[in-house]
Amino acid sequence: MSDKHMETGEGHIGYPGYFGVFAILVFGTIFTYFSSFWDLDGTLFPGANTLLALAIAFFKMTCVMLFFMHVYWSPRMIWLSAVASLFWLAIMFAYTMSDYFTRSLGVFSV
Amino acid sequence: MQNVDAIGSGIPAIPKDNYLTNGFTLKSWLLTKDHKRIAIMYLISISLFFMAGGLYASAIRLELLTPETDLLTSATYNKVFTQHGILMIFFFLIPSIPAVLGNFLLPIMIGAKDLALPRINLLSLYIYWLGGALTVYALLQGGVDTGWTFYTPYSTTFSNSYVMAVGLGIFINGFSSILTGLNFIVTIHTMRAPGMTWFRLPLFVWAQYATSLVMILGTPVIAITVLLLAIERAVGVGIFDPAIGGDPILFQHLFWFYSHPAVYIMVLPGMGVISELISNFSRKKIFGYEFIAFSSIAIAVFGFLVWGHHMFVSGQSIYAGMVFSFLTMVVAVPSAIKMFNWSATLYKGSISYDTPMLYAIGFMGLFLIGGLTGLFLGSMGLVVHLTDTYFVVSHFHYVMVGGQVIAYLGGLHYWWPKITGRMYSEFWGKISAMLVFIGFNLTFFPQFILGYMGMPRRYASYPAEFQVLNIFSTAGASVLAVGFVMPLIYLMHSLFYGKPAGDNPWMLPGLEWRTTSPPPTENFEKTPVVTWEAYEFGEESGLDLEAARTRDSVTTV
Repeated sequence: MSDKHMETGEGHIGYPGYFGVFAILVFGTIFTYFSSFWDLDGTLFPGANTLLALAIAFFKMTCVMLFFMHVYWSPRMIWLSAVASLFWLAIMFAYTMSDYFTRSLGVFSV
Repeated sequence: MQNVDAIGSGIPAIPKDNYLTNGFTLKSWLLTKDHKRIAIMYLISISLFFMAGGLYASAIRLELLTPETDLLTSATYNKVFTQHGILMIFFFLIPSIPAVLGNFLLPIMIGAKDLALPRINLLSLYIYWLGGALTVYALLQGGVDTGWTFYTPYSTTFSNSYVMAVGLGIFINGFSSILTGLNFIVTIHTMRAPGMTWFRLPLFVWAQYATSLVMILGTPVIAITVLLLAIERAVGVGIFDPAIGGDPILFQHLFWFYSHPAVYIMVLPGMGVISELISNFSRKKIFGYEFIAFSSIAIAVFGFLVWGHHMFVSGQSIYAGMVFSFLTMVVAVPSAIKMFNWSATLYKGSISYDTPMLYAIGFMGLFLIGGLTGLFLGSMGLVVHLTDTYFVVSHFHYVMVGGQVIAYLGGLHYWWPKITGRMYSEFWGKISAMLVFIGFNLTFFPQFILGYMGMPRRYASYPAEFQVLNIFSTAGASVLAVGFVMPLIYLMHSLFYGKPAGDNPWMLPGLEWRTTSPPPTENFEKTPVVTWEAYEFGEESGLDLEAARTRDSVTTV
């Protein structure tokens, strides 16, 4: 959390913790692979498979940022930067999807 | 000699101990952590890429001298314009001002001894070399013919040129940009000298800061996009190819999400240079400092919201296109703010028409044309007629060459005395600046007319009625080439025969002019304390006003 922690390494999760996070990442990857065989699109709603895969990916990304990149112990400024970068990523998705969601509407059709 | 008393002392001597004399072996250069030496190595590297890109441009203009496909075959022509674009954009324009002038000057301008991460700085250079070497290897092996935009599905499915190798070169090179941007941001946040508050930063530093934000946010996207392209090409995963479940327009979204902001990576640092030149050669505090500073940030932010204007006729939804068109008009506002403020700075200024200032004034005219024609291309109706014509080619050359390259040359001339400790010939400098301006307009203005008349880009042949304007364009390119080669000669000449510049040849208040020329390895003997505002030409800055008034007699060669 503080600069002191950054210098001394106190507060970090240590090797067992890092291996634990790594195991979670590997498990997430395997889970993503097997979940792609479930027909969530048919049973829940179209795009559910993709949504689940993205949710797992987002969870894995959060683990990497918090623990491997030490954001969890970093000053608020770093937190702000991390959140801002996610906001920026959201811009890319939002505007791209604005194309996909409205493409089938044609030209000023009702 | 970094204290205030030193300003204007006019001692024209090269200091014995400076960053250039701190080791003469190859090892002392290749393993240096000195930002100034790294900048010099970047300078040499990007100049070589600029020359290679220029040779390709010459081949293009020679081919287009006649309507027929005679000098090059169509297939070769495709490779030539592709490689011209790739070398110029990824290996010259993007790194030019940040990696050369930014690397050299940013720490000095904020009163730091080096960048915050010197080893990372050296690493970025090696990565740049690695990416460049791989790309050059691929070009020599046979090159790539996709256009610098690598549009799918041609690049993933049909092209049998060296797409993968060039893509990998660009992918690797991207990390160089990211590391440079990261280094600048950390340095500006953490290494400013006492008294160097955010609103005392030179506007060049603000521009570098905004550019760095774009670099670290945008470059990973192009890297991933190129990687996805390679995966589809190598493994056949359906990402962009509709035949296997992909969407080619997705490639364009991802590509332009980076590549439009990349325009600002190229031009924002140039704007920073121009802010320095306009204020300093008008000897007047810049008009609207805060507006110019924040307009750089605004350009960086809004620059990420307009990429869809490259895709109006691609099949993108018309509703998304309307949003992108509106936002394109919005992004013109901060650029206009800069133009108005530069003009207001000139008003009643004590303007001196030294070589850097000629470049700055040239920039204002050319960037104005480049920027305003961008609004034409941001209009959804008009762009149907203009897409993929020479109007587009001319527009982006007015921004990239008329804007960025001119600013780079202006900045290089402006800081050359600081970098080398020697003055170049003002006479030849002015001749060169005017040749570049004339040659540039002669080359590219006819292309606006050609494009409006319907001449498409990327073809080796064209109808005979377009030949006259193409001859004008090729003739202009010859003049432009002379204008570009001349600085190479007289700047090299100045290294050996130039008059010693002294610490502050232009008599300016910035921190970089308060250390020796060339600067010592640690930039300043003692950490400077900043007590004056940016662009302060009054006595508060410690300037010798009398010496400043008689500056011409000091610098004229």
